[in-house]
Amino acid sequence: MTSNENSGGREVVTGTSRVKRGLAEMLRGGVIMDVVDAEQAKIAEDAGAVAVMALERVPADIRRDGGVARMSDPALIQGIQAAVTIPVMAKARIGHFAEAQILESLEVDYIDESEVLTPADEAHHIDKWAFKVPFVCGATNLGEALRRISEGAAMIRSKGEAGTGNVVEAVRHLRSIVGDLRKIQTADSAERYAWAKQLQAPIGLVEEIAATGKLPVPLFCAGGLATPADASLVMQLGAEAVFVGSGIFKSDDPARRARAIVEATAHYRDASIVAKVSTGLGAAMEGKEISSLEVKLAERGW
Amino acid sequence: MAERRHRPGRVGVLGLQGDVSEHQKVLADLGAETVVVRRPGDLAALTALVLPGGESTTMSMLLESSGLDRELEKLVADGLPMLGTCAGMILLSAEALDGRPDQRCFGAIDLKVRRNGFGRQVRSFETELEVKGLDAPMHAVFIRAPVVEETGEGVEVLAEVDVPGRPGERRPVVCAAGPVIVSSFHPELEGDGRLHELLLKKVEGD
Repeated sequence: MTSNENSGGREVVTGTSRVKRGLAEMLRGGVIMDVVDAEQAKIAEDAGAVAVMALERVPADIRRDGGVARMSDPALIQGIQAAVTIPVMAKARIGHFAEAQILESLEVDYIDESEVLTPADEAHHIDKWAFKVPFVCGATNLGEALRRISEGAAMIRSKGEAGTGNVVEAVRHLRSIVGDLRKIQTADSAERYAWAKQLQAPIGLVEEIAATGKLPVPLFCAGGLATPADASLVMQLGAEAVFVGSGIFKSDDPARRARAIVEATAHYRDASIVAKVSTGLGAAMEGKEISSLEVKLAERGW
Repeated sequence: MAERRHRPGRVGVLGLQGDVSEHQKVLADLGAETVVVRRPGDLAALTALVLPGGESTTMSMLLESSGLDRELEKLVADGLPMLGTCAGMILLSAEALDGRPDQRCFGAIDLKVRRNGFGRQVRSFETELEVKGLDAPMHAVFIRAPVVEETGEGVEVLAEVDVPGRPGERRPVVCAAGPVIVSSFHPELEGDGRLHELLLKKVEGD
C-alpha cells in the first residue's frame, strides 16, 4: 500500500516497492540477529548487527518446548525498539494478517512472515501489498520465492532449518534458488513459459530474471547458521546478507560469536580474516541432524 | 550520457557493508575504474572515495576493526574528493545525534546530522528534488535517512526537502564543502550518476 501527500508542491510517496526493497538493499553484507528481549538486542547492536529480529522464543527453544509459536508481546518489541538504534524486525505467523497489522502499527521496520512460528492459514500467505511496512519471506526454492514476491515480499531469505545449528538445509535452498536463476538466464522465450509453469510463478517475474539474472528483491540466507565459516559459505554461494537465530544466543559466548559472524560476513572472501575471528570462540550451539527432527519448519508455507 | 571531458581515474567504494554494487555500477557507467575497499591496502592510488548507504553503526565498527579508520582520517586530512550517501553522509559528518556513543564521525564536512531523522521505515519516502547545478530534478529515495540539524562554515546546501508530515520544516539533503559531497538520499538506487559526476569533476579540480 502506498500513500501520497504533497510537500512544498512536490509529491511525496511512502510504502513503495522502491523504499521497501531499498531497506533490504541497505542491509546487504550485514547480519540480522534473532533476539527475544532488549538485553539481547543491545548485545546484537554492540556486536555490529545491521538489524535485529524480535521473536518470543528463538527457534531452538520453539523446537524444544513445542506448542503454538506466535507473534511477540508488543511490549517486548517496543522495549527492543527503545533499546537499539538499528532497524527492528518482527515475526508474524504465515497468513496471520492481523498480527502483521499490529506489527505495522508498532512501526517495526520489517515483518518476517515466518515458518518458524505456527502457521495461521493453511492455504494463503498475507497479501503483503496491503502494507506500508516491507515483508521478508522464507523460500526453499525459486518457485516459492517468486510466489512470495508476487504477493509483495520485498526480501527473500532461504528457510534453512531454523533452530538446528545445521546449515545443510540453508545451503540446499540457496543452491536451488541460485542454480535456477542461472538456468533461466540462458532459457529461450519458449522455455521461459515452461519455467513459469514448472515454478508455478508469474511469467513476468520469470522474464525479469531472464533479463537481469537475479531476483527482483535481495536474497538473504537464514536457517541453521552457527559459525563465522557458515556465514562465509552462504555469502560465497550467493546470499547477500545473513540471518542468525539460535546460533548466537545458544552458544557459549554470544557477544564474541556475534561479532565474529559480523566480521566473517563483511570479509567473507578473505579466509585469513574468517580464520582469525573463528579462533577460540568457545562452543557453538549444539547441532541436530535433519533426519532426527520431528518437525521440519521449512515444509510450512505454500 | 553527456560528453565527458574529465578523466575519472580510480575511485574506491567503501565495501564493508551496504549498497556497494549500485555505486560501482553508476561509477562504471561514468567511465571510472572502481575498487571495492575492505582493507587498508585497497586504498592505494585512489583519486576519490565513495561511502555507500547501509548501517552506519556497523560500518563504523568494521572501519575500526579493519584499520581503515586511521587511513580514512588521513585521506580526509589530505582532502581526497569523497561522496557519501545516507550512512556515508553520517560517517563523513562532524557529529551524529541519536547514534551510538562509540560511533565514528570523520568530520570531512561540518555537519551535525540526526540518524533516522525522518522516522522509522514506514516513513521512508520518495520524491522529486531540485538540486543546485543540475538541469533536471533528481528522483530522491530516502530510506530511514539522516536529517541535517546544523550546517557549519563553508558548507554549501545544494538541495533541501520539506520534511513529510512536519509542515514548515525544510532541511538540507545535499551538501558540499571543498572536496566533499553528501546526500541524505540514494541517487545510486535510481542509477542517477549526477552527484558522482560532480565528485569526478572535483578530481579534476574543476
